[in-house]
Amino acid sequence: MQGFVARRVVHGVIILVGLSILMFTLLVFTPGDPVELIASSNPDVKPEDVAQLRKYYGLDDPVYVRYVKWVRSVVKGDLGYSRTYGTPVTKIIGQRLRNTLALLASAVVLAFVIGVTAGVYSALHQYSAADYAVTVVAFAGHSVPVFWQGIVFILLFAVWKPWFPAGGMLTPGIEPGWPALWDRLWHLVLPVTVLATSGMAAWARYMRSTMLEVIRQDYVRTARAKGNSEQVVINRHALRNALIPIITLVALSIPGILNGAVLTETVFSWPGMGLLLFQAVLGHDYNVAMAVLLFLALMTVLFNLVADVAYAMADPRIRFD
Amino acid sequence: MAREAGARQIAVELERRRRGAAGVDVGQSYWQIARRRFLKHRLALLGASAAIVLTLMAALAPWIAPAPFDRINLDHRWTEPGLQGNVFGTDELGRDVLTRIMYAGRISLVVGYVVALSISVAGALVGAIAGFYGGWLDSLLMRLVDMLISIPLLPLYLILAALIPGGGVGRIVLIFTVFGWTTVARLVRGQILSLKTADFVEAGRAMGASESRIILRHLIPNALAPVIVAATLTVGNAILAESGLSYLGLGIQPPIPSWGNMLQRAQEYLLKASWLAVFPGLFIFFTVLSFNFLGDGLRDALDPRLKT
Repeated sequence: MQGFVARRVVHGVIILVGLSILMFTLLVFTPGDPVELIASSNPDVKPEDVAQLRKYYGLDDPVYVRYVKWVRSVVKGDLGYSRTYGTPVTKIIGQRLRNTLALLASAVVLAFVIGVTAGVYSALHQYSAADYAVTVVAFAGHSVPVFWQGIVFILLFAVWKPWFPAGGMLTPGIEPGWPALWDRLWHLVLPVTVLATSGMAAWARYMRSTMLEVIRQDYVRTARAKGNSEQVVINRHALRNALIPIITLVALSIPGILNGAVLTETVFSWPGMGLLLFQAVLGHDYNVAMAVLLFLALMTVLFNLVADVAYAMADPRIRFD
Repeated sequence: MAREAGARQIAVELERRRRGAAGVDVGQSYWQIARRRFLKHRLALLGASAAIVLTLMAALAPWIAPAPFDRINLDHRWTEPGLQGNVFGTDELGRDVLTRIMYAGRISLVVGYVVALSISVAGALVGAIAGFYGGWLDSLLMRLVDMLISIPLLPLYLILAALIPGGGVGRIVLIFTVFGWTTVARLVRGQILSLKTADFVEAGRAMGASESRIILRHLIPNALAPVIVAATLTVGNAILAESGLSYLGLGIQPPIPSWGNMLQRAQEYLLKASWLAVFPGLFIFFTVLSFNFLGDGLRDALDPRLKT
């Protein structure tokens, strides 16, 4: 088990190293280094000063030296300054990260609960009308553009039937305490539903096929032969085994859900990492954009690691390979 | 020569009868079986027909569109959808929405098809190299795949789109291909690895077939099926990704219309002209849906392990 976890950690580190090279390459191509910024904003700066400053910032060092320096500063938590906000990038990220995590976690939980339930029901009632409906809805959920679904939901449930707010996180001027909490949840409903759709669809389809496979296994037949009730057979024997592979699928879906989060946050003006990224890219605030990319990638790597460990705990065969 | 061919025909016929007697599928190649299965798959046929109709609609836009492309008519701004005149209404400049959707479809579908093709070729090439040669090259390529699969690509695309100038089809295709080949590469590599030790490949090798002959005659044709499925699903995924990027204003740039960038300002006009938000999105939705149905049907039809 320890060996397995260690291997997965090494794997994650390799991915992060590759990612850092990719990000550094991008950074080299972004216009406007710090010296250029100073020089363009201050007419008194002379060419000699520029050369001096370039030397100070190490901009003329060979690429690998600059890469090592950059990695060192990133590890220390120094992600540079935001051009738009004029503060260190890390300061802006904090609150945004929490908002995105709230959205993401709610969406993953919702998608998991509904997806798994629908998939299991579908498998246990194969070829019924409900099974057919689940399949068609899952296809639709898989094919709908996230941002357009968001717009249509706003049109239906915020404009036509004004049940939910069309965007934002909190009604301004609401009194703190229970009303504020309630208001927050109210603001979550539409964006979470939209963000959860693709995961729900994918996991329902997957759950259906795994469940169909599992209920034909010998150990399920044995469980029935022992005289267990149908409920025990399904819950204890079939469902438990069918849920194992879906752990991996959930981990694999995270990058896709984060892609969706960028669009969902933009449509619903949800002040998270995705909206921040969008605004940063439009405002050419590359330090912020790169930091968001880094955080989103870190989240995926971390989530994959957790999923791997969870998988190993759930399935003893994985630990010894 | 002629006698040899005759003898061969007799051998084939004998084999056919022998198998027929044994109750095995007679006289049908893999592709014939796949074709028969595909034609029985209703959703796949529906998807295929819809994809053909949508493609024709886009391709024939200059001849069948109800209005000339991008004709501005300031007297008819914000016309509501109706059966007379503008079926899907007009936009903020009085342009006919249906006409724009038809022309935008040309861009969106071209992005989908070209990305699917380039990703399949690039992915198959990388996957074949990794699977066939193995060793450090394989490890290196697969680590690269692991990395690209485990990062969210849309944020990366957003940054790249801001850094790379231009707003046409070429830029999108380039970005999507450079970062999108991974799934196909992984599929093909797995396929090649299992084929490499397959009996018929061993037999070919034992008979002295050259390396290139083994790759071209045995490995590639047998690895083709999953690539076809992946390519079909990629058409839909590329259209989705393009529409998302264009909606954010970082994909295809106006005045070139794409389904995504038609929705760029739709949210602003939601109260005034909701049809501007509804129709282009419906076309993205149905297009992606039909390619997904088609891809799923192809997967079932091309899977040799499934019973007919």
